[in-house]
Amino acid sequence: MQALQILIDGFAISSLYALGAIGFTLIFGVCGVLNLSHGAIMVTAAVAAWATADAWHAGTYGGALIGVAAGTILALATYALVVRPIQRSRAIPAEEKEIFILTSTLLWGIMLQEAIAYFFTDNPKTVRPLLPGVVEILGVRTPWNEVLTAAISWAAIGLVWLLIHRTKRGKQLLAAAINPRGLTLLGFELENIYVLVWGLYGVLAGIAGVLLGAFLGVSSANIGTLTASAFSVVVLGGLGSVTGSLVAAYVVGYLETVTAYLVAPSIRSVPVLLLLVAVVYTRPQGLLGRR
Amino acid sequence: MIKNIAIAAAVGASLVSAGAALAADPIKIGVIAEESAISGVGIPNGAKIAADEINAAGGINGRMIEIVQYDDHNSAADAVRAFQRAANEDHVSAVIASYISEVVLALEPWSGRLHLPMITPGAASNVITARIKEDYDHLKYTFHGYLTSTELADIVCNAAKDQLVTGLHMQTAVVVSEDAAWTTPLDEEYLKCLPQVGLKVLDHIRLSPDTTDFTPIWNKVEGEKPDVIITGISHVGVQPTVQWQQQQVPIPMYGISSQATSSTFWKDTNGAAQGITFNLQSAPDTPVTPVTIPFAKKYKERYGIDPGYAAYTSYDDVYIIAEAIKRAGSTDPDKLVEAMEQTDHVGTIGRETFLGRDTSSPHGLRTGPGYITGLMVEWNDGKQVTVWPQGVAEGKLIFPSFVKIKQTSAQ
Repeated sequence: MQALQILIDGFAISSLYALGAIGFTLIFGVCGVLNLSHGAIMVTAAVAAWATADAWHAGTYGGALIGVAAGTILALATYALVVRPIQRSRAIPAEEKEIFILTSTLLWGIMLQEAIAYFFTDNPKTVRPLLPGVVEILGVRTPWNEVLTAAISWAAIGLVWLLIHRTKRGKQLLAAAINPRGLTLLGFELENIYVLVWGLYGVLAGIAGVLLGAFLGVSSANIGTLTASAFSVVVLGGLGSVTGSLVAAYVVGYLETVTAYLVAPSIRSVPVLLLLVAVVYTRPQGLLGRR
Repeated sequence: MIKNIAIAAAVGASLVSAGAALAADPIKIGVIAEESAISGVGIPNGAKIAADEINAAGGINGRMIEIVQYDDHNSAADAVRAFQRAANEDHVSAVIASYISEVVLALEPWSGRLHLPMITPGAASNVITARIKEDYDHLKYTFHGYLTSTELADIVCNAAKDQLVTGLHMQTAVVVSEDAAWTTPLDEEYLKCLPQVGLKVLDHIRLSPDTTDFTPIWNKVEGEKPDVIITGISHVGVQPTVQWQQQQVPIPMYGISSQATSSTFWKDTNGAAQGITFNLQSAPDTPVTPVTIPFAKKYKERYGIDPGYAAYTSYDDVYIIAEAIKRAGSTDPDKLVEAMEQTDHVGTIGRETFLGRDTSSPHGLRTGPGYITGLMVEWNDGKQVTVWPQGVAEGKLIFPSFVKIKQTSAQ
């Protein structure tokens, strides 16, 4: 019974981690950007969904859509206002750009965090569940919302896979990740691809944020933790490796759930951090890393 | 000649005006709190209402009260910097600080070093007063303007005895509390007083204050089949409540849940708060004392929401400080401390008096009949309804339909 509970709860939370991390790893793989405003974008999406569902009478679904839209717009804004100016700057030496982008996305995330805390307080907020009620799965009472969270996460991940592997645009993304210079020589505008990736990332982060808001609830105070958890999933899986991130998301999700159930809920994240240290020490490229 | 007279007149006039300014110099009270949290922002907001009332009535011996606000972002380091600034640059006469025990404990030695009287309207750790007991001469500048965790646990136990044991024939409980400074003495007292009132404690779960996924905790609790979950939570609140409701945990939650005291809790949880019962010392519609309801009304008019729990006590604290300054006839810290010790003020949460040096918790508030008795309040249909004690209760406990109260034990 408890094993089944761990299996079901671990699956839901892991799927959500996977969705959150996949966009993060995509941006790194294609654009070489470590986006440290990731948590802020997710929380903004969730808060937008929460705020508009009642205040604008958008309803549960309307609110969720507005949340995803807010995440997408914010991701594109992050690219346009924070990342692109640095990439195009002549004043910043090329070899320092990476660190500039790292710092500026971090600062941007903090600015967003403070803005959310200022306008909406840092009290946690929960998005209305898309499907209320519970369902018995093999005798384990599971909220429909948890089932839906896993289903939507996997649907979104599946769509991303199809987009990358089955469409022309997606193949360009893949090519940009492998050899951006080659792609430019073939006459492709790299910037168009970047905009596409950031848009795609925004949709993924938006969905992840709204689902997180409905599943666990969000607060502007969690933003740092959210970025850190996406970051550890991605580092564990191997920076830039989508499959690695998926595997790592499940390792992290299940390790946390098992710890919470069998050891103590107060130290649920400790084993993951130990594992992360061990992996970075013995296998710095991550579980499935390619660089 | 005319020129000299003019100069003399000017000098004289400026001297006179300087003298007048001195007499009307405001008395400054510093307020340090986390302003982006609902419980935190209530502290300066409540204080400002009290200051305006006192000023409208002529101030303290003609001097107006000025509230100087500092945001500590829930950080002890920021709070200490704010406290130093309040003492050394802004020259405040007293400070009202924070609802977080960790922050207050960091400020306590500074209050002693800088000889600046400080009162906390919301922290609960017993250590605050225990330290004053140990080192009264140095730490006497700190006052505990809220109940200690032990007192809070006792109120919950008394209420549980009436409502749960006598009323609903419950027999067992699981204590769920967050791992923080204020819950150590709280849990200690829960484990002692719950069995005394007839609730056997089946398990005691401490959770990390940054827990976001409560599913494993609720599943574990449900497996232990207690009649009630006794809570001690403050840093968390919205999330465990929502997950409790989504998962339809069939056991009611009862105890201390600070986030539930905020009037936005219903909206933050999308109504999942139905049936959550928690301790408050005052509620917006409950006449705990004659000043409770007028204050809550004024607060709502001015800020659009009901006051959080620390807003009530912060409002009272300004009065306690103002009355003490009046009694002392000065803002000299030692005289002020002496006068504050003589406090006997009917505030929003009851009759407020401080325990003496000879007690186990000097400068803590006196509780019990005739002083502060506490309330239990339940979220019901978007409203906070007082359900205990009987004299002021407006309704009975109503739990959501998924909560199953064992009827068998009633026989």
